[in-house]
Amino acid sequence: MRAMLALTKASLTALFRNPSAVIFNLLFPLIFIIVFGFISGGSFRIDVAIDSSSDMNNPIIESLSQIKSVNIVKGKTDAEIASEFSKGRIDGLIKVTKDPSGNPQFVAELKTTSASPEFGAMLRMILNQVIDKQNLAINPTGRSFAELKEQVVEGRKFKTIDFILPGQLGFSLLSAGVFGTAFIFISLRQTLVIKRFFATPVKKLYIIISECLSRLTFSMMSAIIIILIGALFFGFTLVNGFTTFVNMLLLSIIALTVFLGFGFVVSGIAKNESSVPAIANLITLPQFLLAGTFFPISNFPEWLQPVSKVLPLTYLNQSLREISFEGATILDVLPSIGILLAWGVVVYAIAVKVFKWE
Amino acid sequence: MDLKKIIEVKNLIKKYGDFTAVNGISFDVKEGEIFGLLGPNGAGKTTTLEIMETLREKTSGEVFIDGLSVDKDSNAIKGIIGVQLQAAGYYPNLHLSELVELFAGLYNVDVNPDEMLGIVDLNEKAKSKYKDLSGGQKQRFSICTTLINDPKIIFLDEPTTGLDPQARRNLWELVRKIREKGTTVMLTTHYMDEAEYLCDRVGIIDKGLIITIDTPDNLIDDLISKGFSKQREQKLASLEDVFLKLTGHELRDE
Repeated sequence: MRAMLALTKASLTALFRNPSAVIFNLLFPLIFIIVFGFISGGSFRIDVAIDSSSDMNNPIIESLSQIKSVNIVKGKTDAEIASEFSKGRIDGLIKVTKDPSGNPQFVAELKTTSASPEFGAMLRMILNQVIDKQNLAINPTGRSFAELKEQVVEGRKFKTIDFILPGQLGFSLLSAGVFGTAFIFISLRQTLVIKRFFATPVKKLYIIISECLSRLTFSMMSAIIIILIGALFFGFTLVNGFTTFVNMLLLSIIALTVFLGFGFVVSGIAKNESSVPAIANLITLPQFLLAGTFFPISNFPEWLQPVSKVLPLTYLNQSLREISFEGATILDVLPSIGILLAWGVVVYAIAVKVFKWE
Repeated sequence: MDLKKIIEVKNLIKKYGDFTAVNGISFDVKEGEIFGLLGPNGAGKTTTLEIMETLREKTSGEVFIDGLSVDKDSNAIKGIIGVQLQAAGYYPNLHLSELVELFAGLYNVDVNPDEMLGIVDLNEKAKSKYKDLSGGQKQRFSICTTLINDPKIIFLDEPTTGLDPQARRNLWELVRKIREKGTTVMLTTHYMDEAEYLCDRVGIIDKGLIITIDTPDNLIDDLISKGFSKQREQKLASLEDVFLKLTGHELRDE
């Protein structure tokens, strides 16, 4: 136990003195966040179609059409709309009807698609906000509960940062897991540090566990910094404040543990330090591009989407967004965690086979 | 010396595929002595040492360290020995004092890093990194890490290879100092002057076989008694004496 703590402490101290670890874990994602933080609002568009049976002249649709990031799709047949909707090119379908009772005046039905979960969620928020505003306007006496709701909704305006930050956090965890672990084990092996450890009574397993603990601690610190900077300076949405923050960190720990397994595999396969980047990039780069780090995967051509839907990072990114923006908890994203863990089982099984001590 | 045998090696064999690195060697090391394993490169010195250090599996034979078998009690053995490897690295980016603390953790003992570094005269380098040390300092630090668990035996694998004459002499004094505290020292070397100066007994090993074991004096006397004499008359000083006279005994750091 003491040996493990000593090793963890040593490894962590070394990590903090290693400029590339700090750069890749922290600076790299922060730069992206800052860049995207400053160009917020401009780059995405939610496509909404109005159901043909819908009442067209009502304040809900009117307000919706005034929101910059919402694009109301016009001039398409029902069949075209249905087809595009199923592929996620249209993010939501709205049908507004007059309620015969007159109270409420209108009933708005929103259909979103799992093909575009991120934008569907955004649309739900936006629509809620619009309806709440209308509620208030129509009912000037304003029940106190409605006012409260309006405020919450106001705070949940979906910004670019709400999309970018979880993606960057996810990718930072992936690269920390893969590159970090692979490099450190290869270098400890090649510089015979491990051999020297073997001449002491420390158990082999402790060496691995300590490295993992140190990585986890280090990456969680970066995650905390990334989230806090996002929240404080770029208005990153943490729906339920601290609870959301804790849930994000818990999910990050699970995901990083899985990603560390990739690192062990790479350290086992790579012959020396210089072959690490090639192999590690093979694992991280496709996920960087395809797992919804920068763009929603619904933006990709259809044939590419199944690939995205296999990658573990996709599920981490998606769950992080659900937690941060929709207020989901760890329990709500269990299916995604299940897929991450399934990857974990596969990866660790390979790691056990290929891992080398000497 | 009627001291107890602290290391016993019996019929030790190590094969790598078809190649036999160690071919049935036997020897004992007595408690408190400095025992040297001498031999040319590739003679099997390091392999023998690493089997004793429980870092390498043997093919057959028996090895006991302080009565413990390398087969069954490797972990207990690791706790009572200190090991300096011929080539080893230390955790990157850490200061010497942090490395000492790390090893203290690995051995589960409490030490004062400054005191430990003091033994090998590296106090001034407590905040330096291993990779920034000179050759002699590196070897001294390696020896420092072997002492952390207050071991009964330390193993030094070619501790002075590549050092300048000043650093070698400095290290010899360090090894003697360690032995004076009662630690048994087992070392390998291919420098005969080193063995002659340091070792109580030496075993000469070649091609995986021990050729002879005795004190350096006995071995020399034995050779002379067989009528051996040097081709050239021995001078009263060597070139190394000249070098040291001219450059002094102080360490160069280096």
